[in-house]
Amino acid sequence: MLLEQVFREEWGRVLANLFGFLGDFDLAEEAAQDAFATAAERWPRDGTPPNPGAWLTVTARNRAIDRLRRDRVLAEKTRLLEVPEAVEDEVDETTFPDERLELIFTCCHPSLGLEAQVALTLRALGGLRTEEIARAFLVPEETMKRRLSRAKRKVRDAGIPFRVPAGHLLPERLAAVLAVVYLIFNEGYGGRGDLASEALRLGAALAELMPDEPEVHGLQALMLLDDARRDARFEDDELVLLADQDRSRWDTAKIARGREALDRALALQGGGPYVIQAAIASLHMDDPHDWPEIAALYGELARLTGSPVVELNRAIAVAEAEGPAAGLALVDRVGLDGYQYFHSTRADLLRRLDRADEASTEYERALELAHTEHERRFLERRIAEVRR
Amino acid sequence: MKYLLQIYPGTAADDVEQMPADERQAIVEEYLAIGRSPEVIGGEQLQPIETATTVRVENGEALLTDGPFVDAKEHVGGFCLVQADDLDAALDIAARMPAARMGGAVEVRPLVER
Repeated sequence: MLLEQVFREEWGRVLANLFGFLGDFDLAEEAAQDAFATAAERWPRDGTPPNPGAWLTVTARNRAIDRLRRDRVLAEKTRLLEVPEAVEDEVDETTFPDERLELIFTCCHPSLGLEAQVALTLRALGGLRTEEIARAFLVPEETMKRRLSRAKRKVRDAGIPFRVPAGHLLPERLAAVLAVVYLIFNEGYGGRGDLASEALRLGAALAELMPDEPEVHGLQALMLLDDARRDARFEDDELVLLADQDRSRWDTAKIARGREALDRALALQGGGPYVIQAAIASLHMDDPHDWPEIAALYGELARLTGSPVVELNRAIAVAEAEGPAAGLALVDRVGLDGYQYFHSTRADLLRRLDRADEASTEYERALELAHTEHERRFLERRIAEVRR
Repeated sequence: MKYLLQIYPGTAADDVEQMPADERQAIVEEYLAIGRSPEVIGGEQLQPIETATTVRVENGEALLTDGPFVDAKEHVGGFCLVQADDLDAALDIAARMPAARMGGAVEVRPLVER
């Protein structure tokens, strides 16, 4: 097995176990890195051990123990009262509990700022290097380094717990974890594909570790269904809307996995925001679309989130189900003046109602607000069309 | 671990002033009940900020100023010292403080362990 692949698969587990054991991020990271370096040196020569994860964990633990025995001051900073003896000879038999879930709840603790939660999760669970995280979030490496070390220090010094939160805290804390994973995914969806894969890996780990939480499967379904269309969203570097996408470029295996995750969520009686969004994403991939059902789901999502943006999406679905006039009536009730997609949606409905002058004005308003070059070009094309 | 819970009354202080005596008493009882929790190892209410005196020593001489060190809009109105297993346990106690739900806030700070 490639070491790179082992690293991807095992880093989170090894680090979680060491962090649980030591209670200190830096020490845990150093020991884990040591163990991976040792593996890089020995495995090509001696062969990959049958249980690479356990081998890495034992090796890392032993490294940490060696260090703590040499350095009492350091030892006092950890949660170990007594530094144990290094484990020998039972490397391949030993299995360690999977503590990634505890670790992700530590990293996404709401006492840390959102940016810190995201960075720490990518570092601790994903094993991304500081410079990689910095690049992904377009901040200088120095800034990211400070952000991470401040977060790690707070975890230790403020006593942020390393455990899955108790029942009354769980819904709110799980929502925070899912928000972090989805944010990582969306950063990647904007073009940095690596982060989207990282989010999918985190989502898969969560689904494995919390198999009874419908929202966990809902998020994974939503991410898979979005990700399946990644390649089809751009053609010749131009943004392509869902309706115009070349379906042969959709990743059918990912769609199948996404729908499987959605079915699991629904079987668990899931009806939270991620499950609904995944159900909508799934319906959007059917041809023809079941617009009345999509509109109903947006209605439910708007009720749950109170979000005017969701209400805007409902209006779009209603326009498809009942015609542009019905959609426009809803859009005008939303009142998101200054929001790009409010204006582009309004423009589109006006265009379909043959109110070309009003449509052109709205497209121009959207153009003023557009962030990306792709969107600007798309809107300019539309303006040219309605003026013809 | 030990945590200091600093209680910022915010608008709660004025609201409590306006309350009928029995409601005000109920708030006091709430604080007293929190004070009796096993995790709470100390705590007091402070006199208003106008009563503060700030001390600096320059060249061996104490310089006194009337009022607080930091000229802020909000000041600590009381504190509570907590011995808790972890941050979540301390945050639980903080969330029970009447000030936290009445327009004020509670700042939770871990103490340096020696």
